[in-house]
Amino acid sequence: MAHSEQEILAGLGEIVDEIAGVPADQVTPEKSFVDDLDIDSLSMVEIAVAAQDKFGVEIPDDQLKDLKTVQDVINFVQK
Amino acid sequence: MSTTDVVVTGLGATTPLGGDVASTWSALLEGRSGIQTIDEDWVKELPVHFAGVAAEDPSQKLPRHRLRRLDRTQQFSLVAAHEAWADAGSPEIDPLRLGVVVSSGIGGILTILEQYDVFREKGWKRVSPFTVPMLMPNSPSAAVALEFTARAGAHAPVSACASSAEAIADGIAMIRSGRADVVIAGGTEAAIHPLNIASFAAMRALSTRNDDPQRASRPFDANRDGFVMSEGAGIVVLESAEHAAARGARVYAVAAGAGYSDDAHDIVQPDPEGGGQSRAITDALADAGLKPDEIAHVNAHATSTPTGDVGETKAIRIALGDSAADAVAVTSTKSMTGHLLGGAGAVESIATVLTLHHGRIPPTINIDELDPGVTVDIVRDEPRELPTGAVAAINESFGFGGHNIAIAFRRP
Repeated sequence: MAHSEQEILAGLGEIVDEIAGVPADQVTPEKSFVDDLDIDSLSMVEIAVAAQDKFGVEIPDDQLKDLKTVQDVINFVQK
Repeated sequence: MSTTDVVVTGLGATTPLGGDVASTWSALLEGRSGIQTIDEDWVKELPVHFAGVAAEDPSQKLPRHRLRRLDRTQQFSLVAAHEAWADAGSPEIDPLRLGVVVSSGIGGILTILEQYDVFREKGWKRVSPFTVPMLMPNSPSAAVALEFTARAGAHAPVSACASSAEAIADGIAMIRSGRADVVIAGGTEAAIHPLNIASFAAMRALSTRNDDPQRASRPFDANRDGFVMSEGAGIVVLESAEHAAARGARVYAVAAGAGYSDDAHDIVQPDPEGGGQSRAITDALADAGLKPDEIAHVNAHATSTPTGDVGETKAIRIALGDSAADAVAVTSTKSMTGHLLGGAGAVESIATVLTLHHGRIPPTINIDELDPGVTVDIVRDEPRELPTGAVAAINESFGFGGHNIAIAFRRP
């Protein structure tokens, strides 16, 4: 099932809040997970696993490192 | 008090009796038990149906997202460390002069067991990436160092139920050696799980008094039938006397000295004659520069197992000599807290420090009939005033593996 950009953004906001304690309203498309949201590498693994569950996509390990911003994840899920 | 002394300036604890030091201490003086029946289906398959569950869930005091990456041992240690640090007046300290020594007897065993279940049911990809930093036995030490930016070193001596007493002893040594001015020291345990209860029960080490859990932990009683497993943490702030004086800190007690020994007798049974334990006490006295007749009080390890408690009273008599041993008032706060395993030595050190500070000795509860082999004066049923002019007290902690630690505390 295809997800709209707004749905993905809202879903990512919930995931990031749950895993990293960053309020969902701070999870905006241009933000970098590491530089802006202060999310470490192990939390990124958890976020990826949660995003896979939520949006029904597979994020291979070798592509995870390229998902630097919230927009990158939105694009990946919509691809 | 000399400038080379190490002093205790902050206390923090979370135990089956209360979520902080004040509530734990008042319950100890009231002679109240913190042991409860476990309200879980799994206890029905076990011979033991009760434990000392922490009075306050540490998850209530930490942000939700942090709980995902903190084993319960780490959660307890952080809650207790925050209390101790605030109690010490949140000393300003160069991170390079702040050390941590925080132990656990078992480590993050709840994480190990939970994540193994995840692995078997859902596969490796669903195993938490935080599993290793949650299960490693040094994880509480590392978590506290990270929380308080302590860069002088973070250590985690592991010696079963003597672990957190060894942590405090090592913390004293860390300050004396000049490697730190302030050390956050203590220990934590969170091991109430069916496998752990089954493991200790398989040894026949646990009380099975299921019909009367609050009276199950009964050190020195003739009819004691094993210890009661508990969880929680105790943390102290140790500080060089010079550093404490310079900032005008309140001093609870001098951490005057520590003694270490090993029985090398049996992997789990203590030397029944108390030889190794007495050497730890003797060495603590020597290290502290105290004479036996200056020891007014001993907080005993005394877990309520049939073999352990009586041998310990022999060790006290050997170490202090007959005259001083006759005068010393001995108690076991495990009669109320149960046995916090890796957290026990720190929580009992806090009780010992507060006994000196307030001049009141908590009682040993649940002694209906004193074991005739007990050779020292046990404080029973009601708290007792410390004698006027009492100088010092000892906390004793012993662990599987024959590890013995005694710490001598002195009034400032």
